[in-house]
Formats: sequence, C-alpha cells, structure tokens
Amino acid sequence: MTLQAYQEKTAACWAGCKQTHAEFMANPNLSGGQKLAVHYFTVAMVLFMAQLLFGLLAGLQFIFPSFLYEILDFNVNRMVHINAMVVWLLYGFLGSVYWFLEDESGVEIVGLKWGQLAFWVLTGAVTIVVLVYLLIQIGSGTDTSLWLINEGREYIEAPRWADIGIVVVMLTFFYNVAATFSKGKWSGIAGVLTLDLVALAGLYLAGMFYVTNISVDQYWWWWVIHLWVEATWEVLVGCIMAWSLMKLLGVRRKVVQTWLYIEVALMFGSGILGLGHHYFWIGTPEYWFTIGGFFSALEPIPLVAMVVHSIYDAGAHKFKNSNHPALAWIIAHAFGNFLGAGVWGFMHTLPQINLYTHGTQWSASHGHLAFFGAYATINIAFFYLAAQQARGNVWMGGGLANGWRWKTAAVLLNLGVMGMTVALLIAGYEQSFIERAVEGSTWAGYFAAQNHPWFMQAMIWRMVFGLMTAVGGGLLFWDLLEIGKGEQRPAAVIDSEAVNP
Amino acid sequence: MTEQIPPRWASETFWKKTAIWVTGGSFVLLVILSFDSMKQISAGGPRVPAYSVINKDVSYRFDKAKQRYQPTIGDDAPLFGKTLSEEEAEKLVDHGKKTVQAKNCMNCHTLLGNGAYYAPDLTKAWLDQGWGAKESREQMMVNFLLDPEKNARTYGSNRKMPNLDITPPEAEAIVAFLKWMSSIDTNGFPHNFIALGEEDK
Repeated sequence: MTLQAYQEKTAACWAGCKQTHAEFMANPNLSGGQKLAVHYFTVAMVLFMAQLLFGLLAGLQFIFPSFLYEILDFNVNRMVHINAMVVWLLYGFLGSVYWFLEDESGVEIVGLKWGQLAFWVLTGAVTIVVLVYLLIQIGSGTDTSLWLINEGREYIEAPRWADIGIVVVMLTFFYNVAATFSKGKWSGIAGVLTLDLVALAGLYLAGMFYVTNISVDQYWWWWVIHLWVEATWEVLVGCIMAWSLMKLLGVRRKVVQTWLYIEVALMFGSGILGLGHHYFWIGTPEYWFTIGGFFSALEPIPLVAMVVHSIYDAGAHKFKNSNHPALAWIIAHAFGNFLGAGVWGFMHTLPQINLYTHGTQWSASHGHLAFFGAYATINIAFFYLAAQQARGNVWMGGGLANGWRWKTAAVLLNLGVMGMTVALLIAGYEQSFIERAVEGSTWAGYFAAQNHPWFMQAMIWRMVFGLMTAVGGGLLFWDLLEIGKGEQRPAAVIDSEAVNP
Repeated sequence: MTEQIPPRWASETFWKKTAIWVTGGSFVLLVILSFDSMKQISAGGPRVPAYSVINKDVSYRFDKAKQRYQPTIGDDAPLFGKTLSEEEAEKLVDHGKKTVQAKNCMNCHTLLGNGAYYAPDLTKAWLDQGWGAKESREQMMVNFLLDPEKNARTYGSNRKMPNLDITPPEAEAIVAFLKWMSSIDTNGFPHNFIALGEEDK
C-alpha cells in the first residue's frame, strides 16, 4: 500500500468513526448521562477484550516459556492483563453510575460537559499508559521510571503522572455525582454511593507514594487493593445492584435500601479489619493473625446476604423482568460474588492454611473467580441495559431474535472462568503441598512444583478454559453490538410504582 | 392497602445507623492499629531491621519457643567487602528497591509472597541454597542479574528470566535490597525454608 493510499484509508476510517459518533450522540433514546455511560461501556468492552488477549498470552507462557521471550515477556503480559481488568471494571462502574444518576436524582447531570471531558482525558491517558507498557516496558532504577513508565507495584503499576490524572478524573466524577444529587433528590442509594466514592478516591492516595521500606510499602499498597476490592467496590456494586433490582424486577425501594444498609454494615464491618489477612507475612505484628483471621472469616456473610436477598426478590417477583440477559448476569453476579469472593476467599484466609497457600496459584484461582463473579458480571448486566435503551427500550425477553447469542456467551464465559478457577485451584493445591509444605519454599522447591505433571496439566486445562472464556467474550461483544436491532416490540413493563420512594 | 410497619430491627433507619456506627468504629480501630504497626515496621524497629543489617550475616532458623522460623542476625559480613554507614546502606537498598520496581519484577516474582507466580518468591532469595556457597553468592547473584540468559537458573523448567538491561550498580543494589528484605520478621513465612549454610543445623 502506498503512503497516499494509507493516508486516504486512515482519513476515511476517521471520518467513518466521527459519523458513527455523531449519529450516536443524536440518539433520542438516551439521556446525556446515558450517552456518557455508553462511552464508558464501549471502552470497558475494548479493555475487556485486551484483558482476555493478554491473559491468553501470559497463560501460554506457562506452557511454552519461550513464547514471545524478550518481546512481550510474562511480566508485561501479566501487567496489561491485570491493569486492563482494573481499568475496564472501573470504566464499567463509572458508566453504570452515570447510567442511573439522572434517573435516581431526578435531574440532569450538573457537570455533563466536565464528565465528557474527563472521559476523553482518561481514555487518552489509558491509551498512552498501555502503549508505554507495551513499547517501553521497563526503565532504569530511578524516580523518572516510576513517574513515566511504570511503578512496578502489582495492580497499581500506572506511572505516577497517570495516578494524578486518575485522581483528577475521579474528583470530576465525584463532583458530578454529589452535585447532581444535591440539585435533585437524595436517596439511600445516593447517600451510600456518594460516601463510598469519597472513600474510594481517598484510598487511592494511599498508593501514590514511594517508600524504601517494603513492609511499609505493602502495608499501604493493601489499603488501596484490599479496601477497594473487598470493601468500597463491593459497596459500589451494592448500590448498582440495588438500583438494578428496582428497575429490572420492580422491587420496592424500602426493601432494597434496607438491604443496602445491612450490606454496608456487614461489608465494612468485616472488610475493613479483614484487611488484616494481608498483614500476616509482610513484617507486620502478630496481632494481625487474630484480627485478620477473625474479620476475614466474616467477610462471606454479606455475600450470603446478597444471594438470599436476590433469590428472595427474584422469587417474590416471579422472575418477571424487563431484560432477560441483564437479569441472567445479575444472577451470575450474586452467585459469582458469593463463590469467588466469599467461598474461595474463605478457603485460604486463616493464617494456619495461608502460611502454605500465600503467593501460590491459590491466589490466582481466587482472583479469577472473585473479580469475574463480583464485578465483571454486574458490568455486563449494565451493558445489556444500555443496549436495550439505546435501541429504543425494546423487548429483551423471551423469543428475542438471535437470543442464542447472549445465552451462549453467558454459558461460555461462566463455564470458562469457573474452569480456569478450578484448574488454578488444583495448581494451587499442588504448589502448596510440594513447594511450600514439602520442599520449604526454596527456588528448587518452587521449580519442583512448577515442573510436576499435576501442575502442567492444570496449566493446560487453564488454557483450554481460557480459550473458552475468550470465545465467550468475543461473542458477548458481537451480541452487544447487535442485540435488539430491528426489534419492534417495546420492553416489558414492570410495576412502575414500585420504584418510587 | 396499608403498608405493614416492619419491626425496629428490620427497619431502614436501624440499619442505616448500624452501618454508620460499624463503619466508623472499624475505621477508627484500623487507624489506631495502623499507627502501632507503622511504629513496629519502621526500619530499625522491632520487626524490620535497619538498612545497615546488610553489613551482618543474616540467616533464618527455626525458633523452638515460637514454633516457627525467624530471621537471625549474626557477625559482621559486609556486602561486597564494604562496611556501610546507615545512610549509605539506606541509599543502596533504596536504589535496589527502585530498580526492582522499575524493572517490574513483581509481575513475575512475589515479594513477601505478593506479586505474580511465574518465578520464585524473592522474600528469602538471599538465603536460597541454590547459590551454593556463602562465599560466591554475591557475585553469582550479580552475574545472574547482569546476564540472566547466559546464567539461567531454570531447574529444568525452560523458564528463563529475560535480560532487563540491569547495570552493575543496579545489580549490586538489588542484591543489597534482597539481603535486607531477608532479615524482615515475616512471622515464619516461608515455613520449612532451610537457609544457605543451615543445612546441617
């Protein structure tokens, strides 16, 4: 292709994108906040695909270690895999809140223009960060590397300049949420959500400084990771779930808000001090054994409550709902959160077992099911709510054209992640016994476990189920682009009185 | 239809207040515990030795009273033959820690058990028997870091560390960081780890 032909093709592609975007912005079915939400959802889906791709590359390197050696090493693939996940989940949360903000507050978003600007700034920053991860990868042992390339701290590797950008974007988001509720009406969901966002943004600051002392480093690093994932994120999805149950099933506001407060009490009551289960082995004092062990053992309770709540509501409303794919994903969320975060977390949370499982594939097993079950599922549910509304609030119940697609995608994704979780769990058992208990965690012990046929078989099974997950992800993407197109029937009407306060 | 009034324990207000008190109480407790933990884990405190510990012989032994492994600090054993002041030692360990972050080590290895699981845990890497003898350990570690492909330690796995363009000063700094990290009291993690030189004890 000549340079001129390439330039023409690029210009045509760009013009096409602008045209599609202009058409989308003229969509009469969506409010300003919902259009902004769809922007977030679109990038979230792209990042979800990136997460799957880089997960597959990293998984393959366990089986074929020379694959992409010194081109895209495991540390790069794994970093993009987990960072894409954190960012797409956050994009999904931001989008979900923007989706229901106007509905919940009763007024238009106060700083919509700022919200749109923040979206483009964040997306630009994410693109640059990913390109630097892939093309530059690492730097020399200086502050400049930590500021410009990556910070080298798991999950929050984004260089410091990007951290500052993230905080600014989160503050804009917080302003939009708080100011919109203030202008419109406050509700229980609004109050919990606003306070939770203060905590969520504030906690990120705990991960934004460098210290030499690795015990101090990891102490505060866990404030960000644990208090996000096992506390503030859980409460955030609690708010999202509460609103969804009212919208999808017509559950009364009083019921969902009472449950939301119960969940906040149980979640923060167990999760805040449950942080202690990360303080067993990083140099911190022994009292964390008791505190961390006790409170983290309580952490599954709110997740059980969520399952009970969801089943009760779904049963009480005889599963009558306005969006079958969204409800299916909310059910997947209730069970996935309980199993992945609750059961899988509890299984190795006490120090007596964690001494052997800490830092093994056990954690990877728990991580895969927990992040998927607790967070990916609820975001996907919202993607379906958005697809329904964007296409004119159309029918998304039984007899949907090409309904096989969303069902197949849901089955492949859920089975795929569950399969990976079990495969990694087997690897984790094997590693805990052979490397940790028998061989005493030496490097020779580590490799004895890694080379064992049980471990290798588990890695192959993980790959098989990883591929299944990726196919499911691709199918989900396709379905979201197509579902509801050409559908003439309006969405099923649920009891609208039920959503009033 | 009149709405049924729920009992007090099931009311929205009761749970709202409970949520506020439980959250507030837990957070206050966490802050208090954090102050105490910071005091105990500051370098030179009771659990995390001062950086100048790199001038000493560090090992890891089973403590019968506590029924778990504990780091031990022995006689003088300066790193690379130089005894460093506390300030110099801190500077060196700091350079090592920064390099470990800039080279993204944590996305293959675990440090204090946290990170990725593609390569061995580095918590007690300084004490690993794989280095063969205490006398040659420092140089072997530096050589490995400078050219991990040529000096690969794959244990039959074919998993090789990539060349990360580590410079000689960075390699020495990483070794200092690893030696210092091995002296942290990690409450017996990892268990059953027999340190280099402790095989017959």
